[in-house]
Amino acid sequence: MAALDNQVPSAVKARADAGEIQVTNVSRSYGVARFAKDVVRDCSFTIERHKLTVMIGPSGCGKTTLIRMLAGFEKPNAGSITLDGKPVTGPNKDRLVVFQETALFPWMTTYENIMYGPRARGEDSQHARDQAKFLLDKVGLTGFRDKYPPQLSGGMQRRAELARAMINNPVVMILDEPFRGLDAMSKELMWEYYAGLYEEFRRTNFFVTTDIDEAIFLADRLLIMSNIPTRVRAVIEVDLPRPRRLADIFDSERANEVKIQALSLLHEEAMKSFTGGSKAAADFVEAYSKRMGKAKAGA
Amino acid sequence: MSKGLQKVKGAVFGRGMLRAIVSIVVFLVLWELGSRSKQWVGFVMPWVGQVPAPTAVLAAWVELVGDAGYWQSWYMSFFRVLGGFLSAMAIGIPFGLAMAVSRNFKGVAFPVFEVLRPIPPLAWVPASIIFWPTQELSITFVTFLGAFYTVVINVLGGARSIDVRYYQAAQAMGASDWDIFRRIILPGTLPSIVVGAAVGMGITWEVVVAAEMISGGGSQSGGSGGGGLGFFIWNSYVGGSYEQIVVGMISIGIAGYICSEVLRKFGGIFTPWLRLR
Repeated sequence: MAALDNQVPSAVKARADAGEIQVTNVSRSYGVARFAKDVVRDCSFTIERHKLTVMIGPSGCGKTTLIRMLAGFEKPNAGSITLDGKPVTGPNKDRLVVFQETALFPWMTTYENIMYGPRARGEDSQHARDQAKFLLDKVGLTGFRDKYPPQLSGGMQRRAELARAMINNPVVMILDEPFRGLDAMSKELMWEYYAGLYEEFRRTNFFVTTDIDEAIFLADRLLIMSNIPTRVRAVIEVDLPRPRRLADIFDSERANEVKIQALSLLHEEAMKSFTGGSKAAADFVEAYSKRMGKAKAGA
Repeated sequence: MSKGLQKVKGAVFGRGMLRAIVSIVVFLVLWELGSRSKQWVGFVMPWVGQVPAPTAVLAAWVELVGDAGYWQSWYMSFFRVLGGFLSAMAIGIPFGLAMAVSRNFKGVAFPVFEVLRPIPPLAWVPASIIFWPTQELSITFVTFLGAFYTVVINVLGGARSIDVRYYQAAQAMGASDWDIFRRIILPGTLPSIVVGAAVGMGITWEVVVAAEMISGGGSQSGGSGGGGLGFFIWNSYVGGSYEQIVVGMISIGIAGYICSEVLRKFGGIFTPWLRLR
């Protein structure tokens, strides 16, 4: 590991003094007047520097809206979002998003995809090419350098996308349910893999998910969101040791405690939208009761 | 045996080829039976009974192979199709792309485009004979119209169906508008351009033949073959050579097939990421 660290090109490493996002009293609604729907209301939280913050909440609670505002694709109606004190005004390579499902450019090979950012900024230098090579190796895709995205498996596509974001050395990486749609096996592999990447580079990561196991396995801090309109319902510090391995985490007493705590909060929120008649919430409540049974039996 | 040779052998003697041969042979036999029904069973089969038999058509074709006029017809039709098709691509692709990227341009150009689009290309024949100085240009213009609308609609639709996340990702990574156009919009639209080209090419052949018939075969009309395959058919009809009508029809079929095969090859070269798995 130490030998590898020496090879890390300097620009891929997290900047020591940067990467804290402050969300203050942010609101966002869609539609006008009578038909207006508040999606985010008076929401405040901090994405702490160099930590892996995971946001979890009932489906349809406005997490994606929050991400779009963090990335700068949309502006809040009220409140402010700042990165290291500077207001977020639009998309920037400081805050890169890894999307739900793949957003790799299908007409570019893995290598071309990873090199997109540097080339778009006119930095097709030897340095950039070295970094691309390093990252290809890091995400285990050296042998797939010249393949097109449809030729990669789901897990490989997600890894290629992680590399494509990382080469731009963003201050913050934002991941919107990046492992959604992968089968259970590849998903768990990706968790370990992604946790490893995070542990190596220690860049600020903001990860959004609806999967409680994923959330607890990855998180330093867990933001539990309320039902729509979104606010932070609770923050749980997940003080599990790193590096994390699946086997250790799911045997750990502490992980189980966190899970029960998080699930009961999520359950309350889901019940609220359930009474509002949401199908997704109904599914969640059902899955929750099953899980609670399992978690208690394990504890 | 090398892998390539095996592949060729597979293609020639494989099950798919066998089916194709059976299909064509059965078709020809039924046709032959149908058209010779009068002399063989003394009963004229409706429709097919009037058509010359495939053997007679083949005999007529063999005669025509040595005829320069026949090949001149091929050449003329290809020339017009290619002229109309290439100009439709050359004008239609930038036009469609411009409408896709500029709201203003689309606002100005689209209404006119949509009013003109439903007019069948053949309805333009008289007007274009008036507009253009030579017959040749009028036929090519009508052929151009056949492909133009399809190309534009496909380019526009293709560009607009590009996933918005591609733009967002590119923008966030610091891409300029020009870079987004060159490396996102253009390749993202290419598959639709290829589809538009294939459909457009088909329409060009339909249109060129009809235009040749209506306009009397262009500037060098007459028996020399300057009229193209469409006029060749018309001329055979007027001259009462039914075998030659069928020869002309099959020739158009073959010509269209060659064009779409070439186009498919080209399309594959331009869109390598679609030829996978």
